[in-house]
Amino acid sequence: MKVVIMGCGRVGAELASMLDREGQEVTILDLDPDAFRRLPAGFGGQRHVGNGIDQEVLSRIGVGEADAFVVVTQGDNRNVMAAQMAKHIFGVPRVVCRIYDPIREELYHKLGLETISPTKVGARLLKEALEREPVSRGSSD
Amino acid sequence: MYIIVVGGGKVGYYLAKELVEEGHEVLVIEKDKLKADRIAEELGDISLWGDGCEASTMEMAGFGRAEMVIAVTGDDEDNLVACQVAKAKFNVPRAVARINNPKNEEIFKKLGIDTTVSATAAILAQIEQEIPTHPLIPLLRLKGGGLEIVEVKVPMNAAVVGRRIDDILLPPQSIVALVIDKEGEPRVPNTDTVMQGGDEVVAVTRTENEDALRSAFTSAAASGSKGPKDKKR
Repeated sequence: MKVVIMGCGRVGAELASMLDREGQEVTILDLDPDAFRRLPAGFGGQRHVGNGIDQEVLSRIGVGEADAFVVVTQGDNRNVMAAQMAKHIFGVPRVVCRIYDPIREELYHKLGLETISPTKVGARLLKEALEREPVSRGSSD
Repeated sequence: MYIIVVGGGKVGYYLAKELVEEGHEVLVIEKDKLKADRIAEELGDISLWGDGCEASTMEMAGFGRAEMVIAVTGDDEDNLVACQVAKAKFNVPRAVARINNPKNEEIFKKLGIDTTVSATAAILAQIEQEIPTHPLIPLLRLKGGGLEIVEVKVPMNAAVVGRRIDDILLPPQSIVALVIDKEGEPRVPNTDTVMQGGDEVVAVTRTENEDALRSAFTSAAASGSKGPKDKKR
């Protein structure tokens, strides 16, 4: 599977390295060349410096032939725009987009994007952790 | 009309000022507190400090009753999202986006934002007008149909100089709408209007016929080039 990842932050780099270890064909894109230092030493995928909401850049790095596109930059709107370009202009079969803002995440999910809100997921996991073993300081009194 | 302007930079500021003077109810949403405050000081209590793409801010701003949203920040992705959320979540009837990168015009259209304004493209077109190698300037793309209004300057040595408009072979679906002579005098042309060197021709044509239209008006009067232009369609 050919996967393009936009944004080489912690999440992007971790995902790229996981997929690379599994033997997938990984391409990772970031605006900042320094971001690639987050990739492990043996990373076998391609690295590209460029702006992912520029149609020419996406075309040059092969988004048109990708099986999947994952967009995890820091900017929700940037992610939304890049994801829609990959889906509607390049016809990538699988597009997954990170949106921190839960309201925007719900809206774009309704509009047909595959979205993940780390805000919602994170809060839910933390709440579940708290509820797993109900404890209370006062309960032993 | 209640109009919300997203982005209070130079474009947002002057746009809001104009809209207020025209008597509209205007609200400018601006992320930068200093800019938001400056608008409030100079234009009155019409600015809201916040993120115009954040749904809670949009609710507070009353997007639900806005008749028009105009997104004019310096970032195309923010303008896109502000317009998409305004339309999809708040059912705002009209959303206009400023485009900074002219390449994004087509993309915005594909993503459902039909009305875009590209300052960069407008500035380029104006500069191109001054460059002799660009004798055709696209002025305005008409909605749908692939038609546009263009301006062509007739060179002094063009083959069409001295010819009647009716005798010029134009590409299909092209109409000469206006001729402005060297003195700046505009004329609505009729079939007997004779072209002069230095005339500016404002014409409607199909985008794909731009080149054909340009060569019709700008080809030099060389010995071999007069052939087809003598014939009527």
